[in-house]
Amino acid sequence: MRGQKQEGLLLDEPLIFERSQPGRRGTDVPRHDQRADPHLPPHLLRPPIEGFPEVSEPEVLRHYLRLSQWNYGAATTFYPLGSCTMKYNPVANEAFARLPGFAFLHPLTPDELAQGALELLADIERWLAEITGMAAVTLQPAAGAHGELTGMKMIRAFHRDRGNPRQKVLIPASAHGTNPASAALCGYTTVTLEGNQIGLIEPEAVRRAMNGEVAAIMITNPNTLGLFEREILHIAELVHGHGGLVYLDGANLNALLGVAKPAHMGADVMQINLHKTFSTPHGGGGPGAGPVAVSAALEPYLPIPRVVRTAEGWRWSEDFPRSIGRVRTFHGNFGMHIRALAYMMALGGEGLAQVSRLAVLAANYLRVRLAEAYHLAFPGVCMHECVFSDKGFDATGIKTLDIAKRLLDSGFYAPTIYFPLVVPGALMIEPTETESKETLDAFIEAMLEIAREAREHPERLKEAPRHTPVGRVDEARAARRPVLRWSPPAPNK
Amino acid sequence: MRFFPHTQADIEAMLATIGVSNVDELFEDIPAQLRERARLELPPGRAEFELRRYFEALAQRNLASYERCFLGAGAYAHFVPAVVDHILQRAEFYSAYTPYQPEVSQGTLQATYEFQTLAAMLLGMDVANASMYDGASATAEAVLMALRLRPGRRRVLVARALHPQYREVIRTYVEGSGSYVLEELPYGAEGTTDANALRSALADDVAAVVVAYPNFFGAIEDLATLVALTRARDALAITATTEPLALGIVRPPGEFGVDIAVAEGQSFGIPLSYGGPGVGLFATRLEFVRNMPGRLVGESVDTAGRRAFVLTLATREQHIRRERATSNICTNHGLMALAVAVHLSLLGKHGLRELAETNLARAHALAAALEARGWTRPFRAPFFNEFVVTHPQARERYERALERKLLPGTLLARWYPELADALLLCVTETPSGEAVDELLAALAPTSQ
Repeated sequence: MRGQKQEGLLLDEPLIFERSQPGRRGTDVPRHDQRADPHLPPHLLRPPIEGFPEVSEPEVLRHYLRLSQWNYGAATTFYPLGSCTMKYNPVANEAFARLPGFAFLHPLTPDELAQGALELLADIERWLAEITGMAAVTLQPAAGAHGELTGMKMIRAFHRDRGNPRQKVLIPASAHGTNPASAALCGYTTVTLEGNQIGLIEPEAVRRAMNGEVAAIMITNPNTLGLFEREILHIAELVHGHGGLVYLDGANLNALLGVAKPAHMGADVMQINLHKTFSTPHGGGGPGAGPVAVSAALEPYLPIPRVVRTAEGWRWSEDFPRSIGRVRTFHGNFGMHIRALAYMMALGGEGLAQVSRLAVLAANYLRVRLAEAYHLAFPGVCMHECVFSDKGFDATGIKTLDIAKRLLDSGFYAPTIYFPLVVPGALMIEPTETESKETLDAFIEAMLEIAREAREHPERLKEAPRHTPVGRVDEARAARRPVLRWSPPAPNK
Repeated sequence: MRFFPHTQADIEAMLATIGVSNVDELFEDIPAQLRERARLELPPGRAEFELRRYFEALAQRNLASYERCFLGAGAYAHFVPAVVDHILQRAEFYSAYTPYQPEVSQGTLQATYEFQTLAAMLLGMDVANASMYDGASATAEAVLMALRLRPGRRRVLVARALHPQYREVIRTYVEGSGSYVLEELPYGAEGTTDANALRSALADDVAAVVVAYPNFFGAIEDLATLVALTRARDALAITATTEPLALGIVRPPGEFGVDIAVAEGQSFGIPLSYGGPGVGLFATRLEFVRNMPGRLVGESVDTAGRRAFVLTLATREQHIRRERATSNICTNHGLMALAVAVHLSLLGKHGLRELAETNLARAHALAAALEARGWTRPFRAPFFNEFVVTHPQARERYERALERKLLPGTLLARWYPELADALLLCVTETPSGEAVDELLAALAPTSQ
């Protein structure tokens, strides 16, 4: 139990199950046309679930409100989580998604009675196609990784149709872990490409690895070091030359809006993380949405169903014989599509282009200011994020983890740490375009102060965080003795 | 632009610090031939009130009413108490991300731990993960997990009475990830999976058997028999539940010895929203926990010995194990899992049971009324809040009900050609009594 008496914000909140008292209820169920007949044979019946909460409505509200207060979120503080693009989530979009005509719409409503929803989906497909330069888009996938899986399935189907699904996929060492995992799920073995001294993939490395057994390269651009793969055109040409395909991981699309279109880079398939680039809330870890955009050659393989235009209006069609099939139920994370379209329309073409310019400006501002005190993994101009490390703190015994924990004491969320793997002790910082210069300056001050503390008072970092709802959590213990749920106490009999 | 805080002075100060004279200089690593073609041919930005008008106009072109909805088939019109959405709209919850820093993410972590507990209890299983995308992808992941646990076994038996879209998603996931064979288990006259067909299909090369509970026809499968047959051949028994409210009154899969139980959690606190986002529940036996996909929250302590929650057993996951991970899933459906936790906490031990009873009674009342008016109920297995009825004029009467702005279930022929005149109907707590009467009048006019 959190037993410590605190002043101010109460930090001692039991589990909802521990708030239960027999007989309390948090909702009243309408009992219309209720009859005594149980309708089911007795052997199928279950008694009310032992241990389920018995809590009144105000207590349930207070419980979850208190829990919310223990979270840092992008709306409440700077959240520079590299590679996640924690930009502002416009509040109005929450209201649009909740309009009754959307929120109460059943997914199997006949198409002629859901024309507004279908048109909205066709709209967002059009916007995403224009932004990426790609030929067609599916909105089905529920997340970025789900989009990767969908895209790799399409790549496999494309090759299989040509007689050989091929065996390998080339993946840079700096890639997100989802890339190799998605490739493996589709039956591919992965070949790791090491970057050069300045963090980029060399065409020569691709040329050496490339042959008729390579199905695709999965390349993130800008890469996870925040650097644009300058040789992308050359690399794509090499891959295409052997009949391979280019999967572009769109995780970092926030740097490219109106700057460069993935289709022009030679991308055949890409996923778009709506929760990053297009502002839909991250939700503490989902729901996101991971639409996939493809070139004309891959279009026949898009998952079903697809929105099509007919003389009678918009329709769902499953009539695509070469489709990889379905990747989920119904039509994708529609609620997220509404929010993403609202965001794009709020900005318009020029606003979207400004997003990337300001995101890159902010990242470079941080890069230059923080380089005074921290080791920059790869010097030079970055795109929308930059990667530092704990190199140079060896004498103090201070590690990246300690720096991150101390930042929490300053009221900031921590950057992404220990990723990408190619940078030991990485600190990956992504400010986004929605943070003011004052916020960036405050963050810089905090980081510079931590660097000073590391040398003068390293114990303050080792003991951090101290001003958070809980202190440093014992992660080893959680893994050694997993306790993954609450269990009701044994009944006294 | 209202989302950008930068003044011209800010931009100039930042450029000066960086040591460049304009923003374009920051993009010089990008080949000119890409930059030259990058202009976005898109309309100008719009103010909030213009957007509101636009989306309201689109929303009005959809027939969306819980009052008049008799459609289920994997997505259910259930009432969501106001407290649920109030909590979901807390930006502290929705604008946070993966709780990598547990010290400032205890809200997300504790709520997820509560979700895991509720999901495990509801399904009657040892342990549940932090959630999946939806019920169908959770089912597909369960099949992949079974294939990992039974290496060398190549066949997976999937009930035809499982939601057709779930079957399609399993096929998409399994195809190309190895030389596996999916086989269909037929349903029998009762509308439940044919145990004899299962008996003859089972062999030592079967890794898993997947059945729905309740199934697509609303029928409650005889899990005791199906699981006993499955486990006798050391295959894994997997159940998928599209309407988890049923488990408020029907014995849960875990009590029958199921190995992996998954569900779509949309029924609890999540609006229909045209089918997404929903949330996948995924539960299994403790012994299989390290083979489970997705993330997990565990209990631990902080430096002062206070209880604290943290992501754990992450070595199964893609960011650590990369190509050898148990799944490529990176996040979960955190906010939707929160909705499930809040709604189930409000319903609680007795509310859940009562809501299930209400659904059960209303569905059985409508089924009986239709039978009394000339419709046939072809399947006699016990059902919860969904059932199949047939009539020679099913299609035209269905159309007639649609014309009256009712959503009269769904015709099954689309997925089951053998069920030409069949309608799948669902009754939850939300349709009004008047709508039920109107539906009866449309489907079974007394004057004919």
